[in-house]
Amino acid sequence: MDILVYGIINSVTLSLLSLGFTLVYSISRLPNFAHGALYITTGYFIWLFLNSLGLGYPLAVMLGIALAGLIGALMYRLVLIRIRGMEISEIIATYAIGLAIIEGLRWGGLRGTTFTLPSFASGFRDILGVNVDDQRLLVVGVGFSVFALLYLFVRLTRNGLALRGIAQDERAAMMLGIDSDRMAVVSFAIGSSLAGLSAALILPLGNIVVEAGYNVLLFSIAVSVIGGLGSWAGAIIASFVIGFAQILTEKFLSSHFQMVIALLAIIITLLIKPSGILGRQKELEERV
Amino acid sequence: MEVRRKERIDRGIKVRSEGIYCVSSPKEMLYVAGPRALLIAGLLLLPLILEMAPYWKRVVNIMCVYGLLAISFDFLANVVGLVCLGGAMFIGVGSYMTAIFNVYLHLPIYMAIPLAGLSGALISTLLLLPCLSLRGVYFAIVTLMYPLLFTRIIEALNILGGTNGITGLDSFPNPYLENYVIIVLLLVFLFGLRRLMDEDIGLVLRGVKDNDQSVRASGVNVTHMKALAVFIASFIGCLGGAYLAHLYMWTGLSLFALDFSIIPIAAATIGGGGYMMGALIGTFILVPLSEFLRFFGTFRIVIYCLILTGFIVFKSEGIMTYLSRKYSQFERWAKI
Amino acid sequence: MSILSVEDIGKTFGGLKALISVSFSVKQGEIYGIIGPNGSGKTTLINCITGFIRPDTGKVYFRGTNIRGWPAHKIARAGIARTFQVMRPYYSLPAYKNLIIPLWSPRARTIGGWRGGGRHGDRDTVAVDILEEIGFERDSRVPYKMASTLPTGYLKRLELARCIALRPEIIFCDEVFSGLSASEVAGLMPLIEKLKMEGITLIMVEHRLKELFKVADRIMALQFGEKIAEGHYREVIADARVKEAYLGSEEV
Repeated sequence: MDILVYGIINSVTLSLLSLGFTLVYSISRLPNFAHGALYITTGYFIWLFLNSLGLGYPLAVMLGIALAGLIGALMYRLVLIRIRGMEISEIIATYAIGLAIIEGLRWGGLRGTTFTLPSFASGFRDILGVNVDDQRLLVVGVGFSVFALLYLFVRLTRNGLALRGIAQDERAAMMLGIDSDRMAVVSFAIGSSLAGLSAALILPLGNIVVEAGYNVLLFSIAVSVIGGLGSWAGAIIASFVIGFAQILTEKFLSSHFQMVIALLAIIITLLIKPSGILGRQKELEERV
Repeated sequence: MEVRRKERIDRGIKVRSEGIYCVSSPKEMLYVAGPRALLIAGLLLLPLILEMAPYWKRVVNIMCVYGLLAISFDFLANVVGLVCLGGAMFIGVGSYMTAIFNVYLHLPIYMAIPLAGLSGALISTLLLLPCLSLRGVYFAIVTLMYPLLFTRIIEALNILGGTNGITGLDSFPNPYLENYVIIVLLLVFLFGLRRLMDEDIGLVLRGVKDNDQSVRASGVNVTHMKALAVFIASFIGCLGGAYLAHLYMWTGLSLFALDFSIIPIAAATIGGGGYMMGALIGTFILVPLSEFLRFFGTFRIVIYCLILTGFIVFKSEGIMTYLSRKYSQFERWAKI
Repeated sequence: MSILSVEDIGKTFGGLKALISVSFSVKQGEIYGIIGPNGSGKTTLINCITGFIRPDTGKVYFRGTNIRGWPAHKIARAGIARTFQVMRPYYSLPAYKNLIIPLWSPRARTIGGWRGGGRHGDRDTVAVDILEEIGFERDSRVPYKMASTLPTGYLKRLELARCIALRPEIIFCDEVFSGLSASEVAGLMPLIEKLKMEGITLIMVEHRLKELFKVADRIMALQFGEKIAEGHYREVIADARVKEAYLGSEEV
């Protein structure tokens, strides 16, 4: 029973982490290798606002998330927009920016175990006979709300529909008057904010360490590839697959293998069904 | 109003030394052979010049290893179109393979290194095979993750020395060998790859990058070509890794370090991609720079990344490309 | 006698049915034309047959062998070549160097290029020979000119030369007449006649109907992914559905 509970918690956590990455890729075809960097940057900024500027916690969190969205949007507007279409340059650029941010934070002082964020909710609860702390439940709750909100957003609002249009067929959407660059900025802003949101929720569970930036990036990539690059539903399903796989290995083998499982899953997916769980075959084929 | 336009015209000396005429006089021969001779002589003389400074000799050795990685990255990215975000993978695999051959299997160093190169190349190619038939983004993702995967597996399973690494590798029998093996390797592969690109197969590989549909329609198995390119590039990288392991007489997790992944990318971008020489120039700039910046710790990486991004965003042609253009052409304003 | 037999090819992209149960067969040595308004699925059909896209349903028989599902390079090696609508030659290389890749491929090495050449030393010579055959005047050193300096008519021929270098049995010509003036098209005609005389089967997708009707033996018309007519061109253009599909078109 505890596998079920921990599995769900882990899976929703993973999906929160990865949704931002999948979103950005599905809309602008850009793999945002700086996703992990944005995650850890938000954590750092929230800590900074809290401790050095003395802001209230809710305000610090909101500012942090907004800042993440801003950085993401700026990253596209200033840097990536100039190299749209050149796949090699896009990949290297986001990778370099992400690396610069993470290593910059490391050098700037994010070392050691002294950085923590307070939890929103302290206390424990009994769920189906398993002892779970409230913070993790909060993560799950917010996670499900985010799924629901996103679903409604892309079904009902104009911007959301525009995003879906771009995700399905960029050129057709452009012909209908949807500005793909503006949509890309929006998608980066949302994706980065999601990274920030997940940081705000998950980092209180442990310390803020720079390594988390790399780990988050790898998990996001794993979830996206396995779910099918560009498929939001696929990403959620994939995070459940990996989430449960991780819990199972943790129970039966050892906890060292969390990352290994995710990365092995990528290789297995590429061997068996490269387009991922819900991916479209078109994703794989080069344009004729 | 007078309208002027910038023209680029081949230099006289370049036109005069075209084709067979390059041997017509010492001036032409110097023009054609000069840069290359300078490079070869310079590299070969470097260990002798630095005889009194063993620290810098070591830097030159490591610089040549980075040079090997840089030309293999340049080859994969700009000739074939595969962006390898994890050069550390080759260094790590090469170094661990040579440790296996040398320490566990007791093979002598002159057998271990080549075998490590070949076996490492084989393993790397097999591991990268699944993503070769897919879009370029997958290759980048997979090469990004493999070095991290390896470190975590070695650490978790505590195999191959775990976090301590493998000690006891043989060192080179004499210091001249230690210095010159890597320099010779670098020169051989540099000129070898350039030669390869001039051959028909080089054109086929460039076709894979530029227009792979047309190449497919001509009956060439693009996945095989990519695998071949990956094998060559990983062979070069693994040899570098094997060399490094014997230089340190040790191998461990730090041979999968981020530096090995990012410096080749930065070097190839700064130096100018596509002709291998640019990547080498980039390495010659970045590695000594990194020694000077050692004081800054990991901030070095931030600087590389920012410079790299700058070069990419401003679509700079790279230092080497700029220099070689200046060498063979001059510009002037012409009236229209 | 039918060298290519296509049965029930179907392909759907998401919500779009690009091809619906298209069947036809081509006799060896004939020139088979495929016409249809934009969006009727002509290029998708070529892509499905030549292996660039996987069809959802159907079979493709080339000399009796089912080649459906084969990767593109394998089909090319088997002897089916195709041109591309969007040409991307190597602009910075001389024209003949553009033929190196097909001459390097396994098919050229086993069956031999145009005249049985294709071994390493001969490759350049064979390339220049091929270009001369298709109309690049050797005297004016045209084969040696940079591809960037050649006009469209020559580039179209270069694209055909790329196919010819494979010594194919079938060539799919994807709108080779597009972008050419009337005289340039007239200049291509002898080449097409010559290919037919060599026994090569040509399947030509075209918008330029007048020129196509001059050379084609049979025509097939597509609309919205379905075959709506087939036969001699007079029958096809008399067909009511074809007329409706092309209503307003100036070319017929």
